[in-house]
Amino acid sequence: MTMSQTRSVGITIEDLNLSFDETHVLKGVNLTIEPGEFFSFLGPSGSGKSTLLRAIAGFGPTPSGRILIDGEEVAHLPPWHRNVGMVFQSYALWPHMTVRKNVAFGLEERKVPASEITSRVDTALEMMGLLNLADRRPSQLSGGQQQRIALARTIVVEPRVLLLDEPLSNLDANLRIQMRRELRELQQKLQLTTIFVTHDQEEANTTSDRMAVLDDGVIQQVGTPMELYDNPSNLFVATFLGTANVLRGKLVEGVGSARFVGENGCEIPLQTTVRGPRSIVFRPQNVALALKTSAMHDKTVQLTGTVNHVEFLGGIIRYGVAVGADTVLVDDKHRRGARVFAVGDSVELSLQRDQFTVLAE
Amino acid sequence: MSSVFAAGQRGPAITGIVIALFLVMFLVVPVAQVIFVAFQDPNTGALTIINFVDFFNTSLFQESFFNSFYVAAMSVIIATAIAVPLAYFTTRFNFGGAILIQTLGIVPLIMPPFVGAVAMALLFGDNGSVNLLLDEWFGFTVPFMTGLNGVIFVESIHYFPFILINLSAALNNIDRSMEESAQNLGSSGLRLFRRIVFPLAMPGYLAGAALVFIKVFDDLGTPLLLNVNNMLAPQAYLRISSIGISDPMGYVISVILVVFSLLALWVSLLAMRGKDYSTVQKGGGGLMRRDLREWEKVGCYAIVIFILILVLSPHLGLALLSFGTIWSYAVLPDAYTFAHYASVFGSATQYLTNTLLYAGLAALFDVMLGTAIAYIVWRTGLSGRKWLDYGATAALAVPGVVLGIGYLRTFNNFDVPFADTSLASWWVIIVIALTIRRLPYALRACVAAIQQVSPMLEEAAENLGATKSRSVWRIVVPLMSGGILAGFVTSFATASVELSATIMLVSTESDAPLAYGIYEFMQSAAGRGPGAALGVIAVVFVGVGTYLSHHIIERGRASREATAIVAEGAAV
Repeated sequence: MTMSQTRSVGITIEDLNLSFDETHVLKGVNLTIEPGEFFSFLGPSGSGKSTLLRAIAGFGPTPSGRILIDGEEVAHLPPWHRNVGMVFQSYALWPHMTVRKNVAFGLEERKVPASEITSRVDTALEMMGLLNLADRRPSQLSGGQQQRIALARTIVVEPRVLLLDEPLSNLDANLRIQMRRELRELQQKLQLTTIFVTHDQEEANTTSDRMAVLDDGVIQQVGTPMELYDNPSNLFVATFLGTANVLRGKLVEGVGSARFVGENGCEIPLQTTVRGPRSIVFRPQNVALALKTSAMHDKTVQLTGTVNHVEFLGGIIRYGVAVGADTVLVDDKHRRGARVFAVGDSVELSLQRDQFTVLAE
Repeated sequence: MSSVFAAGQRGPAITGIVIALFLVMFLVVPVAQVIFVAFQDPNTGALTIINFVDFFNTSLFQESFFNSFYVAAMSVIIATAIAVPLAYFTTRFNFGGAILIQTLGIVPLIMPPFVGAVAMALLFGDNGSVNLLLDEWFGFTVPFMTGLNGVIFVESIHYFPFILINLSAALNNIDRSMEESAQNLGSSGLRLFRRIVFPLAMPGYLAGAALVFIKVFDDLGTPLLLNVNNMLAPQAYLRISSIGISDPMGYVISVILVVFSLLALWVSLLAMRGKDYSTVQKGGGGLMRRDLREWEKVGCYAIVIFILILVLSPHLGLALLSFGTIWSYAVLPDAYTFAHYASVFGSATQYLTNTLLYAGLAALFDVMLGTAIAYIVWRTGLSGRKWLDYGATAALAVPGVVLGIGYLRTFNNFDVPFADTSLASWWVIIVIALTIRRLPYALRACVAAIQQVSPMLEEAAENLGATKSRSVWRIVVPLMSGGILAGFVTSFATASVELSATIMLVSTESDAPLAYGIYEFMQSAAGRGPGAALGVIAVVFVGVGTYLSHHIIERGRASREATAIVAEGAAV
């Protein structure tokens, strides 16, 4: 059993374009995934993330451009010659075969001797804790068990890379959290280059070394989860990852530095050299609320507004504060007995200047 | 696919081309030949419509045309009269006899109409059991079986299930909320039925009615056995078999039959198009049902039992005939015997072995072709793949008589190497005719089966290193096996009693199948007993086949539901 010693390989995608009939689904994708990396494709449905994954596995329309696995061009190879393991969203377990037959399938196709097949299948099932279910049919298993069988069936053939197409989306919430940890642990143990497709940013954040945010067939940004959250490079990434307040306006010359003049009339002094039409973005949890006073602080920016809705979410209270024509969301950590603002209260919002991100329109 | 032969597409492409050639040779060319000859001057060979002018100027053909139309239309009306109350009872009331009605929907279909025709004449004819009793008790008789009445009677009893099944399905597919929202807006009773229920059920009814019309219009065996020759299909057969394959009238009639088949298919397509009213929500399906009052229950049962007796009468009559010694001018046979069965198994076993061979081979070819076409159409990107589906399905619009005539004309001079016969009189041509005739049904079974198999199951196999053909062989075909088997059984059962194409193609007695044997026996009074015995055997063939395919489909559905429950449980 060599399962834990698989050599990690990298994946490079160069200028990949792909169309379904008239619809241009992937538009010039360039990407490098390092050996042994746990990498996520994150995006809304229809963003092309699954199409990109399936193109790496060899399914779907033939794309133009290059896909290199371990430096070898695979775009022209049929799926069965690529040796990339894929776990399907619906698991795709074959209902007419037992669990053991399902897991043995790939080894049989590789003409592995029967005795070796038995021992490798046993090891894989053991690893997933499902050896006792080897003679069941897939339909007799729970969703979580089916998920593990699908994983066992894929890793038993020791694929060069592991592709996971929304594998957790059919599981209930608790199991999903457990399975994503198990996935990460398994990946770390095998040091297997893994691509994980999901529309759930929490899944991507918790599992991935790095991730790519896709929208409309284009990679919007690549980086570690925290980098993308803290420094989104465009409005899509900023608003897709977590909750973001966006104020539109323009940057003009101010006293000593730049001044942001919002469409809602607010004015915010900023340390930046860019000028012109811009949006500024900040997160709800970085805003502090207070009843309106007249004191000015040096490091902070003050905005005034009126509370127009209050949502109690448990750990936090989320306020919607009308600032001019915009509604700014503010998350206030909740403690027992802490003061709660009411709808109609005039409030002051204060933000640290380094919490703003300035983005193009 | 960017290239014509992308990875793994070569095999399907070659298979597709071979199937297309087969369909062209044994379906397109023969039918085209028939149409061509119909428009050809028999002497000069020039294109002309003179044959059609002759046809419509001959009084016998005018009469035949009118009779065929009349019989088909009347059969639809009577079949509707039988089917509507049954469909209404099951969908509208909590009717305890629903299982009876379901049985009613299947029983007639397991016996081809021509098999029961002679028995029906003995039960309902002028000197049949029923009229003898009526005469004795009330002093009058009813001409149930006189001339065209007999054909209408036999056909409508046989084909009403098509309307019953389609209409019941349409009624059951109406979401209860449709009815409830109409009531909520103030509609009720007959108005509600006329404005909501009736329009929603109409497409289903029309589809069934069009099917009945065309089945009756094309049927050859029933009028032949009832000795009603002044109809289109018998005329086509008689012209070709008595005058010869150069007589243009047979071809003209064939063209008319094909045109009407296409018209009926078109009407049913038109009725169904854009009207997929299956809006059933989980748990909310079907119209509101109410309990029957006592006297209503009595009425319902009376109607259902009356229809049941009618429907079972061909089976009953056939059984009596097969066990009876002499049955003439009497309510029941004089005595009972096993002699007819003995003589069938003694001297007519070739009919049975031929049928097993022909129907078995045809059903085998059908599911092979059906599986291949279903795969090519649904799982590959080959250009023109839809045409395989259209081509195979087009066989629905070709009546058996027409196909038979086309084969005779096309393959008469086509010598088979090593067989010392022409292809048109070689037994294999019967197998091919049956294959083509039953292919649409087998194809639909295979398409239904492949649609149940997620493409991901195949992709998973390819991802694990199985080539395209290995994935198909190890994953797709095994998962389709239930549907393939059901398709095989249905093809086998219906091919084993097919008469209209085979009657044209049987060249020697030793090559004849069961249906032909029944026809031959029934020609003479002395042969009726053994003929009926063969008929009973045919009914058992088809009945067992129907039961098996039903069983296989139900079992497949049950196992799929088990899977679906697990998937749902996981998604909660």
